[in-house]
Amino acid sequence: MSADPHHHAADGHHEIEMPHASMRDYVIGFVLSVILTAIPFWLVMERPFSNGATAAIIMIFAAVQIVVHMVFFLHMTPKAEDGWSLTSLVFTVIVVVIMLAGSLWVMHHLNTNMMPQVHDTSQLP
Amino acid sequence: MSATTITTADEPVQFYDLDEHAHPEGHSTMLGFWIYLMSDCLIFAILFACFGVLGGNYAAGPAPKDLFDLNLIALNTAMLLFSSITYGFAVLQMQQGNVRGTQIWLAVTGLFGLGFLGIELYEFHHLIEIGATPQRSAFLSSFFTLVGTHGLHVTFGVIWLVTLMVQLGKHGLIAANKRRVMCLSMFWHFLDVIWIGVFTIVYLMGVLR
Repeated sequence: MSADPHHHAADGHHEIEMPHASMRDYVIGFVLSVILTAIPFWLVMERPFSNGATAAIIMIFAAVQIVVHMVFFLHMTPKAEDGWSLTSLVFTVIVVVIMLAGSLWVMHHLNTNMMPQVHDTSQLP
Repeated sequence: MSATTITTADEPVQFYDLDEHAHPEGHSTMLGFWIYLMSDCLIFAILFACFGVLGGNYAAGPAPKDLFDLNLIALNTAMLLFSSITYGFAVLQMQQGNVRGTQIWLAVTGLFGLGFLGIELYEFHHLIEIGATPQRSAFLSSFFTLVGTHGLHVTFGVIWLVTLMVQLGKHGLIAANKRRVMCLSMFWHFLDVIWIGVFTIVYLMGVLR
């Protein structure tokens, strides 16, 4: 069974394709990461903006930094593994977004609607 | 193991590829490992959702503002970030076929990983000592579960690093070892991605609350 005629093809293709990393990628990724990490920490420690604005900014920085890591450290490209890496990533992101948004949404409504002290019982019909 | 079962007298009509075609060893390992990481990502997503829901329930106990020392977290983040680039150097050394260099950079990465774990354990110890135990409030339960799970992953990553260094020492840069280095590379950088979420949502947003 193992001595099939395709064995030579397997040998010729033996070097498994791996993402090619370069010094340039790692250095760019590292410098960007340091910047994208340092600014949120500085914003929260020094508080130059209001809390809401700071929260929005650090969330955006985190999202950008995740993309930077994906591209420069994890070598994600649309072509990696014939596109299956990206496909599985997109699927996971969709599931995660639905799950996170749904949980927070439902639980927020539960909290605001079910808290016993929120309702004024005299107003109920 | 052949396609003769469906051949007719006239011509071999094949609707299915019954012959096994070439599967070089490990050709799908990288994609398989990536899919494992995606499933791991779902575990962390669930823990993040728990923290998002429960993170404000202090039960009249301590809030993030009272507990977290951002300088310590910044140091911890720096540890992981440095370990990410040193792992990158290990991969570059591997691509140049340098076993010694790969091992040295893996060792440096491991030391940064241990530094991260040391700081995290110190933080946990400090929290538990001042009474902020996982039992104290829903916020602390979800905090310890989320951050602890990440720490556990880093611990296993360090164990894997040591194993890999031994394997490299024994067999050198054979194809299997190269594959292992690339898999651990994905694992290690993936943990760094999770940590971005942790320090942003748990620590920075927590202190902002």
